[in-house]
Amino acid sequence: MQNVDAIGSGISEQPKLNYLTNGFTLKSWLLTKDHKRIAIMYLITVSLFFMAGGIYASVIRLELLTPASDLVQTATYNKVFTQHGILMIFFFLIPSIPAVLGNFLLPIMIGAKDLALPRINLLSLYIYWIGGALTIYALMQGGVDTGWTFYTPYSTTFSNTYVMAVGLGIFINGFSSILTGLNFIVTVHTMRAPGMTWFRLPLFVWAQYATSLVMILGTPVIAITVLLLAIERTVKVGIFDPSIGGDPILFQHMFWFYSHPAVYIMVLPGMGVVSELISNFSRKKIFGYEFIAFSSIAIAVFGFLVWGHHMFVSGQSIYAGLVFSFLTMVVAVPSAIKMFNWAATLYKGSISFDTPMLYGLGFMGLFLIGGLTGLFLGAIGLTVHLTDTYFVVAHFHYVMVGGQVIAYLGGIHYWWPKMTGKMYSEFWGKISAMLVFVGFNLTFGPQFILGYLGMPRRYASYPEELQVLNIFSTAGASVLGVGMLMPVIYLLHSLVWGKPAGDNPWMLPGLEWRTSSPPPTENFEKMPVVTWEAYEFGEESGLDLEGARNRVRPSTVA
Amino acid sequence: MQTSSWVPLFPEQASTFAWQVDALYAYLIVISIAFTIPIVAAIFFFAIKYREKEKFATPEEMHGSIVLETVWSIIPFVISMTIFLGGAIVYYNQFRVPDDSMDVYVVGKQWMWKLQHGTGQREINELHVPVGRNVKLTMTTEDTLHDFSIPAFRTKADVVPGRYTYIWFNATKPGKYHLFCAEYCGLNHSGMGGYVYVMEQRDFDNWLSGTESGQTPVEAGKDLFENKLGCASCHAGGADQRGAKLEGIFNKDVKLVGGQSVVADEAYIRNSILNPSSQVVEGFQPIMPTFKGQVTEEQLVSLVAYIKSLSGVTGTTTSSAATPAAANTSTHSNTAGNANTPASSNK
Repeated sequence: MQNVDAIGSGISEQPKLNYLTNGFTLKSWLLTKDHKRIAIMYLITVSLFFMAGGIYASVIRLELLTPASDLVQTATYNKVFTQHGILMIFFFLIPSIPAVLGNFLLPIMIGAKDLALPRINLLSLYIYWIGGALTIYALMQGGVDTGWTFYTPYSTTFSNTYVMAVGLGIFINGFSSILTGLNFIVTVHTMRAPGMTWFRLPLFVWAQYATSLVMILGTPVIAITVLLLAIERTVKVGIFDPSIGGDPILFQHMFWFYSHPAVYIMVLPGMGVVSELISNFSRKKIFGYEFIAFSSIAIAVFGFLVWGHHMFVSGQSIYAGLVFSFLTMVVAVPSAIKMFNWAATLYKGSISFDTPMLYGLGFMGLFLIGGLTGLFLGAIGLTVHLTDTYFVVAHFHYVMVGGQVIAYLGGIHYWWPKMTGKMYSEFWGKISAMLVFVGFNLTFGPQFILGYLGMPRRYASYPEELQVLNIFSTAGASVLGVGMLMPVIYLLHSLVWGKPAGDNPWMLPGLEWRTSSPPPTENFEKMPVVTWEAYEFGEESGLDLEGARNRVRPSTVA
Repeated sequence: MQTSSWVPLFPEQASTFAWQVDALYAYLIVISIAFTIPIVAAIFFFAIKYREKEKFATPEEMHGSIVLETVWSIIPFVISMTIFLGGAIVYYNQFRVPDDSMDVYVVGKQWMWKLQHGTGQREINELHVPVGRNVKLTMTTEDTLHDFSIPAFRTKADVVPGRYTYIWFNATKPGKYHLFCAEYCGLNHSGMGGYVYVMEQRDFDNWLSGTESGQTPVEAGKDLFENKLGCASCHAGGADQRGAKLEGIFNKDVKLVGGQSVVADEAYIRNSILNPSSQVVEGFQPIMPTFKGQVTEEQLVSLVAYIKSLSGVTGTTTSSAATPAAANTSTHSNTAGNANTPASSNK
């Protein structure tokens, strides 16, 4: 199975060109207009950023093993947590699912040959690279210590680090999000295959659509904010610094007006992936399709109205605080609706526990905790005590890592056979999924207690009585780290030694499973015509289920 | 003073509204468990009962249910509204400052807290307060954002350059409690903290008398007002004074040029010193020069305290022990030693 011929020997009769074999030169990659190749290049880049962010995370956890600031100097620690946040949020979480999985799958899932604007798609990759390169350059020059939130006037007047260069990197990177979001919206509106009505779209596509709305409406605001910050820092025009006539709270309003919706950029796509996983691996039509689809849109819309809940103790007016608290409670409802529908989908299904499904179920558990602790932080009288503590840190890691990263890993496993044509080791996949789940809870669970005890965020040293819980957290982080590193090994291993996956290893009805693995450059040999509803697992889907069952029967020991 | 248990789960309750915050926390934990158990149980039950019996099976199709969707939209909504209301009530208690509070002024700077009592005592990174008294902190900062956080009292607020923020508390239990800076402020952020000492009234009186008080903020403000800054040349003198009358204005409505009116609170007084032409009182010309850059935050605090005193608002402690006793070698030498450090020398 190790020779090159095995690539084509899966289902297809004769070796055909797929998107990976259609050109081997560097130029054929760098100047490609193929959304799948662009997605692969994103995959490699975001993975590198994720590893860099992960290294920062391990430095943080090692430093916090002891109460004193001893592993690294405090100045270094401040840079480390800042850069952990910046890399993870702007260069990993935001592009992760949309730019990698969305890019690869959105056109295939709706039966299109490519995105509507393939050159723009390539441009957004290059913008991402330029923004990323500039940021990496700034980090190597000396880095930045403002916290990923860049609060003024510290960032404009007091910090002596590379605020401008990193800000420019984020500013540039924002255009990548905007262009990707624009591209997705145009594609979903104009490129759906015949018969692919709006309500036959996979929920992954709905989630991408909602995310794209947030991207194009929200991202310009962070661009403007960073620009104003740059103007104040260089030309000393008083915008945010009160000593020259500015208002520091204005910065917080502008920053969170983007960055709160950005939280939904970081979780909606994950919800889309999980909808796919739960439905497909229980071979059950998703329960309440319309409710899940519209709850994504509701989250996208309400997400723009709750930014002030990051500022309950910042000095904004008490009445503003009450209104934001109320709206925060409202925005919890659509997430609850999704959770109930996912659980109901399992009812009377035929549930298999392949690696992607383990991630899907893990997401439900972790996002449940992430969402419920969001209520703690939305209850304004309680959050006065909790805000700026480790409770917040734990909460947003449960949402962003427990949500988006877990979903991303689930999605990568789920579509890996499609993207590469190879099957990874199911055994190691399951081990790693379970390590990630256990390690994650051990890392961030104790931080809820630390937060209630009052341990503030961004502390290089802390009171001694908090050490035990911090040791738990660091121990958990090492388990989590191992769990996260394992996929790198067995997925890369599968590229060379993995078994050919076949076009449809799980016999699923989505359009992506009706083309070859890996797909040809034009995605489908002839344009698909959709005659079935979304998540149709029976014979109406036109799949040869009986044949597939007969194929697996002789070797039933799955 | 944390409890000595191996892993503490709750910080100490040491203020009058700490139990309310804890009760809200407990309510949310109960709700979380009430949601988590059925959902997780359902996931496990379904996952086991409906696990794959045959590869690529086609389970019976089910359609959604409007009734179920409505029920599980309304129930979370109603519950979330109870949480909102609970939060709003506790928040109201946290931020409605009682009238009879004893004043403490707080100025943050990288990376220390400078505090001054209404009776004049200064402290660095420590705050001594009596048990059972309402204490109001009026806070600002000389440089970047900070946050004055006392977990045992379940309260905190950002300290913002260019404006005043307030917290108040009524400590219920004598002891030593952590004081943290909770808003990232640069290099030594995690070192910017100290302790709040809650003392019985008698011990607090001893502490006050064993500590050099110097000028009270009102006295210092009066000195600035009458001598150093010359405010009195316009704002005192009777009927034909050039500047607006300051007696009795505190917390009253003031009519401004242009028809608006504003409540003359601390923030308004501060703004009128720094940006006199921005809120000119009706009937006066915008002739007052700005004092921006000429007064420090601590001097501003004193001026505000003095102008408040012109309205009969003293806000100082009612303790009789405010006598300066510099020579008194007190038994509280350890704390007094710290408090004696003149704040200005640390600037």
